[in-house]
Amino acid sequence: MFGFSLTKEQKMVKASFAEVVRDIVAPNAHDMDESRQIPADYLEKAWELGACVAAVPGEFGGDGMEYSPMLNAVVLEELAAGDMAFAVAAMLPSIFINPVLEMGTDKQKKQYLPGSCGEKYQASTAAVCEPRLDFDAMSLAATAVKKNGSYILNGQKCFVPKAASAPNILVAAQLDGKPQLFIVKAGNPGLVVGQREKNIGLYALDTYEITLKDCQIPAEDRLGQEEGCNYSRFIQKGRAAVAALAAGECRASFEQARDYAKKRVQFGEPIAYRQSVAFMIAEMAYEVDCIRLLAWKAASALEVGRDATRDAYLAKIYAGESAMKVCDYGVQVLGGHGYIRDYPQERRYRNSRGVATWEGLATV
Amino acid sequence: MAFLEPPPDLIKVREGMQNVAASMLRPISRKYDEEEHTYPKELDAFRGIQVMGRAKKKKDGEKKDKPKDPDKIGQNLGTVVTVEEMCWGDCGLMLSIPNAGLGNAAISAVATDEQLERFGKKWAAMAITEAESGSDAGSISTTADLDGDSWVLNGEKIFVTCADRCDCVVVWATVDKEAGKAGIKSFVVEKGTPGFTLDHLEHKLGIRASDTGTFVLNNCRIPKENILGSPEVKQTTEGFKGVMKTFDNTRPMVAAMAVGVARASLDFTREKLEQAGEKLDYSKSPNNCSARQKDYYMAEATLEAMRLLTWRAAWMADNGDFNNLEASMSKAKAGRGGTLITQKCAEILGPLGITTKELAEKWMRDSKILDIFEGTGQIQHLIIARNVLKLSRSQLQ
Repeated sequence: MFGFSLTKEQKMVKASFAEVVRDIVAPNAHDMDESRQIPADYLEKAWELGACVAAVPGEFGGDGMEYSPMLNAVVLEELAAGDMAFAVAAMLPSIFINPVLEMGTDKQKKQYLPGSCGEKYQASTAAVCEPRLDFDAMSLAATAVKKNGSYILNGQKCFVPKAASAPNILVAAQLDGKPQLFIVKAGNPGLVVGQREKNIGLYALDTYEITLKDCQIPAEDRLGQEEGCNYSRFIQKGRAAVAALAAGECRASFEQARDYAKKRVQFGEPIAYRQSVAFMIAEMAYEVDCIRLLAWKAASALEVGRDATRDAYLAKIYAGESAMKVCDYGVQVLGGHGYIRDYPQERRYRNSRGVATWEGLATV
Repeated sequence: MAFLEPPPDLIKVREGMQNVAASMLRPISRKYDEEEHTYPKELDAFRGIQVMGRAKKKKDGEKKDKPKDPDKIGQNLGTVVTVEEMCWGDCGLMLSIPNAGLGNAAISAVATDEQLERFGKKWAAMAITEAESGSDAGSISTTADLDGDSWVLNGEKIFVTCADRCDCVVVWATVDKEAGKAGIKSFVVEKGTPGFTLDHLEHKLGIRASDTGTFVLNNCRIPKENILGSPEVKQTTEGFKGVMKTFDNTRPMVAAMAVGVARASLDFTREKLEQAGEKLDYSKSPNNCSARQKDYYMAEATLEAMRLLTWRAAWMADNGDFNNLEASMSKAKAGRGGTLITQKCAEILGPLGITTKELAEKWMRDSKILDIFEGTGQIQHLIIARNVLKLSRSQLQ
């Protein structure tokens, strides 16, 4: 039913993730960022909450619950409010599980889901972004050609999360002029995983450039096999997810700016008493809500199976611009301290630039 | 339930009002923009339609009735959807709909049953602002002195919407300047009362179809029973706060107005983009789009955000939730957002955005007021900031 407040169930799920964030993620976000790693047991704690496997049928190792993009959006926001890199890593398994579940053949589901839905966290991943100025998720440079019962993939991908440890990579490539998804297994001789990337943000998350050089996969590893898959839906879900992540990170930036401004005293009063500072914080407050509501609008459309191309696109482009502005203000309110890595604001600022660009990093 | 797919009832209301706006308001939009102050006789068709009703009088603190039918949207949500469509049609004309003045809202909210009898069917304007009192509504100087069986009002009110066309005016006046806000009450003054003069109508940047005027009150004598609401003069700020609270309901409506006008601009711009061969596929990376397309997409995304904040505030009111923060957020975002969208559309449209052969230039002029009246965007930001920072008026000025 239409409405703006979370159900009891949604609140419960949100609270369980908020607890992990409070106990593990937020206190360790700085160290994870500085050390460029996420301890495995942190990811296990998030994995235990079962968000990635909730909607997978029991026969494949999941909980057989109803699939809800709205609930996933709530989870993504909650995790990102703790740390965006952690959020992407914790929910990464979904980027493979979700498309296989929704668009894979029965054979593919049987083959790939159980391995992804085990007791322990293990993330397969997706490769969509390409290292070029004019990258476009809808018009890829990577190609797939059908040849003798196989597909031959060629191209370069970047920002592939956890590629070095992923058992499978869902690669987006152009087939006969249209983007499609292909499952490439780790160890495929045509797949070269490069050195770990260094990016402006998400330091704690290991991402990689990968090269596909005449990478051959059996035809049965094209997602959806002969029928292929609804690639647009995959992208729509990804875009809604990025907006949800942005809402979480911006919320954290806003909350920190708000709390700091009340405590920081200059000229005899908290800086929160000055309109120039207070108005930045007011704007941050409603921009967080704008980003969230746009993410929810797209997620709601996806929830009822409606085409969410427009909603997801608008949510992402809005989040891309607004998140940058919110996190920029987030640094500004903290003044010089906003620039120092001891404080989280600069990390959020660095992270937020990616919102406008990322595709295939997360899904609802 | 957090779920934002519009329910069928909402779509029904929207489609119905879109038809009204398209067939009744759009065709006369330019006419009354040019013939400023001419009475829009076509709007008499709306007389007799009860636009502002009153539900059972609620005690303070009592939660509003939730819609009895779960498939029907609430009154506030229905209103913002309606207002968006009507302003898509014409904002100035929407403000000129008979018997739907801001005074009517006040009367519906606080009148005694006896006053509702006397004034309920009249067209009522609202007079708050004075030359020296705009955002600081609590500083108004129009006075009301009790003299036997009458109140005697003295002062001047500016920027009164429907000043010419209304039958009566709800006038804010102070019964005790020393008491500050606690002394401010509202009074119903009927047209024709001696000492009550419409001095002049304003010539404006936009919403020219809406008659905005100045009243002079010179020893204007009205019956004692015309003090709106209870005749008791309480020594508290409750009365003032009460009227300020009605703004929690009207702010989302003003936000909805901004959404409507901005959408008119966007719809027209999209039409022209498509005619020029621009393909809007909502897929291509914005970096690879033309500047026009990118600007257009961002404006459309902003419109969606504006509308969602507005719906949220209205939905909360229907749900009986205190929505002071969310109402101000919706007006802050939509007021400024709508202004920028209409500016941007007129820019994208090039010559088509400057000529009066098209309505785009008018929408740019109309939308500006929406960030100003009923609490400027700056006041909205102040309200939001105080709320999220939990600061008092004296702490954050």
